[in-house]
Amino acid sequence: MLSVSGVDLDIVERGQGRPLLFLHAGEGLWPQRPWLDALAQRFRVVAPTHPGWGRSVLPDWMSSVDDLAYLYLDLAKRLDLNDAVLVGNCFGGWVAAEMAVRDTRRFSRLVLAAPLGAKFGGLHDRDIADMHGLARAEVDKLAWADPARGAVDYTKMPETEIAGVVRGREAFTLFGWKPYMHNPRLKRWLHRIDIPTLVLWGERDRIVKPEFGAKWRDAIPGATLESIADAGHFPHWEQPQAFADKIAAFAG
Amino acid sequence: MRVWYFSEMAYHPAWDEGLKRGSLRVVLPSGNVDPGVAHGLLNRYLDEFALCDEVGLDIMINEHHSTATCMTISAPMALAVIARETKKARLLSLGSPIANRPDPVRVAEEMAWLDVLCGGRLEMGLVKGAPYEIAPANSNPARLMRRYWEAHDLIIKAMSTTDGPFNWEGEFFHYRNVNIWPRPIQQPTPPVWMTGLSPETGRLAAERGHVVGTLLSGGVAKPMYDAYRQRAQELGWTAGPDRFAYAVCIGVGNTRAEGLRRADLIAGYVRTAGVVAEPFTNPPGYNSLGANIAMLKAGPGRGGFVKDRAGNPVDQTKATVEQFLETDTVFAGTPDDVVRQITDFNQRMGGVGHLLFFGQGGFLDHKDTADNIRLFAREVFPRIQHLNADKPASSRRPVAAE
Repeated sequence: MLSVSGVDLDIVERGQGRPLLFLHAGEGLWPQRPWLDALAQRFRVVAPTHPGWGRSVLPDWMSSVDDLAYLYLDLAKRLDLNDAVLVGNCFGGWVAAEMAVRDTRRFSRLVLAAPLGAKFGGLHDRDIADMHGLARAEVDKLAWADPARGAVDYTKMPETEIAGVVRGREAFTLFGWKPYMHNPRLKRWLHRIDIPTLVLWGERDRIVKPEFGAKWRDAIPGATLESIADAGHFPHWEQPQAFADKIAAFAG
Repeated sequence: MRVWYFSEMAYHPAWDEGLKRGSLRVVLPSGNVDPGVAHGLLNRYLDEFALCDEVGLDIMINEHHSTATCMTISAPMALAVIARETKKARLLSLGSPIANRPDPVRVAEEMAWLDVLCGGRLEMGLVKGAPYEIAPANSNPARLMRRYWEAHDLIIKAMSTTDGPFNWEGEFFHYRNVNIWPRPIQQPTPPVWMTGLSPETGRLAAERGHVVGTLLSGGVAKPMYDAYRQRAQELGWTAGPDRFAYAVCIGVGNTRAEGLRRADLIAGYVRTAGVVAEPFTNPPGYNSLGANIAMLKAGPGRGGFVKDRAGNPVDQTKATVEQFLETDTVFAGTPDDVVRQITDFNQRMGGVGHLLFFGQGGFLDHKDTADNIRLFAREVFPRIQHLNADKPASSRRPVAAE
């Protein structure tokens, strides 16, 4: 555990080379899964567990993605990351974008993989599927190219780990309930992002459909958009090697 | 023992459609309501509440949203009508779902206004609300209870402050001039009630001295009452039966068969109330960490929370009235039967001062409902009124906020 700005963070570090700060999805970090190893073949991966998820501590006063953005900017300073790659998926992509509109001094590349955080449609449009208004099985169908890849057997998991999952679900709700999983102002400031940016999307993502990738690309100066086949909302989870390859090609 | 009649003012004509779709709440489209039929039902239900005043019972109103099980969408609105139609009954709002309300000062105003209107007959429930109330209100289920307690403290301070305005800049609510008019007749506030299902709620209610109510399962109620009594004892006061309430379906008949038939129809509420689309049953943060761990650990297809006295889980969506008798979900039969059941229940619980008499659950028609109310009031109520006369009263008055 590392205390950053008074917040106790559980951080995984893996690999050598250019630093890569990996910000995980609403589903959590799952550091035993292959994506961190795939990234660690090319980068020094620094992967914090967000406050509230897993063993990281959510302070009473913390309740917005702004807080997380400042916290991770403080973490980058604390670890003296330089010329680093900032990568975020899903909820972590939202946090990464909020960081990048504020301060990119410690980063030279940004990768947003199916980020939440911005809504481009109108009053009645749901750009981001209502994950809390659908049965878990229905959410899985939207989130995964193959839901079996994301299946977790909680009945066999130690209770301390389940506790981390349950706390994470509550924290995800805390940060993203209303407005639902986005900050209405964020899209107005995406033009401030001043480092090369890669927007990545799983071709079969139906939590946030791939068409929104183009909206993000167009909102960030000079950004490029690429897709990953046979992957849904968590491309690093379903296609860890393709995910790492794309990032290495962009920032290696 | 006081008895408070209540019904949820069901829109049962849509129940079949809701059951077919797997949810009577949140996602059942309102096209399934015929407003003309609802007009007749609401007025009929209000007549039934008015009857309770004539026969000497108190009255309770609750509220739910976006559901065919309950058309009362505002406890204070319903009570405003009932206040004008009644003279003696105390009026219990159980209650305002204050963690789902954006404006707690408005809740304080409504309750104070009602207390003034009805001449100080109001009792005021400040409730967490059921999990499926989160979606209609779109309130954040994370930190729900922190928001609840801030709203609770603000409402009580707003009602009991006479030299305002005061400033309130909290975690969730911000006002710079709180000063409600009129203020309630009952000072510092009308009696405050909470609802719950857990020993933790029992302890928290004991710390404020509030009345705590629960429903439909003696097995769930007892640990909560015990936790309350113990916490009160730790804090140096004795909690009497007047701090405990229990909601139960009651069917009384001139014959046992008639009482059982009425109870069976009233229990239709219990069979439908829990039929809710899955994602709305457990929004993250609503239930405790421990409860959620247990649910994930148990895997899909876990049993319901209600068990009979032998410890067997009971499926509330399908249970017979006989099974419901075993879980204290229903009291039913002749007046003698029901007096015996209530006496026995009261004994097992260690004294419950408030019986919340669920007397209409959808398909029980007006004649049966009115006969049930009259028979209960005439033949049962006089024989249970003094049940707890031997027990010490609470040694602490309900308190206002510090």
